[in-house]
Amino acid sequence: MVGLEHYLAVAGALFVIGIFGLFLNRKNVIIILMSVELILLSVNINLVAFSSFAGDLVGQIFTMLVLTVAAAEAAIGLAILVGFFRNRGTIDVEDINVMKG
Amino acid sequence: MTVADYAFYLFAILLVASGLFTVVARNPVHSVLWLILTFLSASGLFVLLGAEFVAMLLIIVYVGAVMVLFLFVVMMLDVDFAQLRGGMAKFMPFAVMIGVVVLVQMGAAFGNWHVAEGSDALRMAVTPDAGEIHNTAALGMLMYDDFLMLFQLAGLILLTAMIGAIVLTLRHNPNVKRQNVIAQMHRDPAKAMELKDVKSGQGL
Repeated sequence: MVGLEHYLAVAGALFVIGIFGLFLNRKNVIIILMSVELILLSVNINLVAFSSFAGDLVGQIFTMLVLTVAAAEAAIGLAILVGFFRNRGTIDVEDINVMKG
Repeated sequence: MTVADYAFYLFAILLVASGLFTVVARNPVHSVLWLILTFLSASGLFVLLGAEFVAMLLIIVYVGAVMVLFLFVVMMLDVDFAQLRGGMAKFMPFAVMIGVVVLVQMGAAFGNWHVAEGSDALRMAVTPDAGEIHNTAALGMLMYDDFLMLFQLAGLILLTAMIGAIVLTLRHNPNVKRQNVIAQMHRDPAKAMELKDVKSGQGL
């Protein structure tokens, strides 16, 4: 029988993979953004699992809010990335050392 | 093992495997495609948990909008990805170390937690019986009744993100002729056309 622990283990594994990707792709901003999406997804799995097993719908409401923030973050992040690429011709994180555009 | 259990293990293995491939794939386009598979598996898990609305939202919002945005940016930017991959072997030991540390920390917390007594009484919105009211309807009533403020704030966040993205990426090209509405409205026949007195048989 699949219980709450199974879902938490999956979410934990996904969270660790996200952290791992964050450090593995230290140069490529696009993969870093994707790793952040993975981390947020694992948090969402946790919220929905607790919501389902505790019988409280508020967890799913909060999941939707996390989804909203994640979508906004992806849009802004990619917009910054496009602007940075236009100015510098690269997306290497180590080159991002000037605050003035 | 019931069918639902088998489905859980299928989705869970798919989720973890595709998540791993997302971060180690050589080509960023492949990364995005693996990430799409991750989100589809996660929405499968959500369906198994009885959260159908959030599952469909994940497919529509993430796979339909955010991942297409990622794919668009990956393909639009002319980046030398091979050069960006260069440091991967160098970062690998450090990344594995961090991953193991976080895993051990979470494992330590995982083995030692329990549900508090009387926590059932603290629930804010008890999930109604699935046969009585559908998940989407229950969520809608909760969201529009109890969490209207949060709902509006989420919309405001999206508006901010939209304005921010437009401001950051909009670029005025001076070589393009643009419509000037004010100038257009203030044109009058005296300025717009000129009458020539053409002599017959000569032309201009």
